[in-house]
Amino acid sequence: MSDKVLTVEFVTPEKRVWSGKATMVSARTLEGDLGILPDHTPLLGVLVDGKVTIKTETGATEEFTVSGGFLSVANNRVSVLGESAVQ
Amino acid sequence: MGAQLRIYRRRIRSVKATKKITRAMELISASRIVKAQQRVSASTPYANELTRAVSAVATFSNTNHPLTTESANPKRAAVLVITADRGMAGAYSSSAIKEADGLVVTLKERGLQVDTYLVGRKAVNYFKFRNRAIKNSWTGFSDNPTYAHAKAISDELIAAFIKDAQVDIDGVDELHIVYTEFKSMLTQVAMNKRMLPLEVVESDGPAPAGLLPAYEFEPNAEEVLNALLPRYIESRVYNALLQSAASEHAARRRAMKSATDNADELIKSLTRLANAARQAEITQEISEIVGGADALASASAGSE
Repeated sequence: MSDKVLTVEFVTPEKRVWSGKATMVSARTLEGDLGILPDHTPLLGVLVDGKVTIKTETGATEEFTVSGGFLSVANNRVSVLGESAVQ
Repeated sequence: MGAQLRIYRRRIRSVKATKKITRAMELISASRIVKAQQRVSASTPYANELTRAVSAVATFSNTNHPLTTESANPKRAAVLVITADRGMAGAYSSSAIKEADGLVVTLKERGLQVDTYLVGRKAVNYFKFRNRAIKNSWTGFSDNPTYAHAKAISDELIAAFIKDAQVDIDGVDELHIVYTEFKSMLTQVAMNKRMLPLEVVESDGPAPAGLLPAYEFEPNAEEVLNALLPRYIESRVYNALLQSAASEHAARRRAMKSATDNADELIKSLTRLANAARQAEITQEISEIVGGADALASASAGSE
């Protein structure tokens, strides 16, 4: 595995839910499940209600349930914009 | 105790009671401003990410969206006015309403009809009292708005915008919002902004870092934009609600502070008056006693 990591920002309108470094982010978009690893090509996707999983740098797994939102990836920077999110 | 003195004492008591209330409201508002400001800053990351995403789509796709298309021949405009539910906030609500009135005049000069949407009981009462038409109103959350409120409001406004104003009586071609911007604890300014159609501004400066790569869209640019733009409006409305709430608390704190100061002043001058009345009463009693004694003395002197 490369030593590159993703900088993740998980935000909802009311607060920042999670932010930090991660090795993988997976989420479900309109097209289906999607996993993002470092050096992913720039992407903007529409999320559907479902789970967003973040595998953190330390190896821990953070799991959130979102209802609607977006995912944007660029330059190893992942932003997850959920309308609402519960851990 | 003389009547005059009693009246002064009664007034002092009542002013003191009022002062306690205004002081409490001042303190409550002061603590809520901080909370409201925190909510504004908590919503900033989302707004920033959303703006990045919208500009990414706008830069890399030529998709035209109904929300960004300007009507060639606008007929009707919607104005959303955000005010407070409760009074005791100085000129907060009335300056927002005044700003809205000014905006309505300019819109009418352009030959547009105006639909008003109101937030806050103060605006609703103002419009009802003057028998003005209200398209829709939302009340009960002006001091503590949540994203769900913003969503409800923007859903209705976006629906009105998407309808064709030429044929549909509910449709509008433009959406303006009047809210109070929280500049600092001391300054809050009522402003109006055009929300829809969205202006896609081509920036001349260097592109912000992180936006350069060509994005892949999932499922496609059009769908992404379809989903993004309503969220963008929602977050703008939410921000306006939060700013207005913070401004409301700040205005109320200031109004209550000056009310408390005035009560202090009033108590001081009433106490002076009460003291003078008490002193006058004593003086009068003394002169009555002296006069009475004199009269007695001269009466008994005359009888001898």
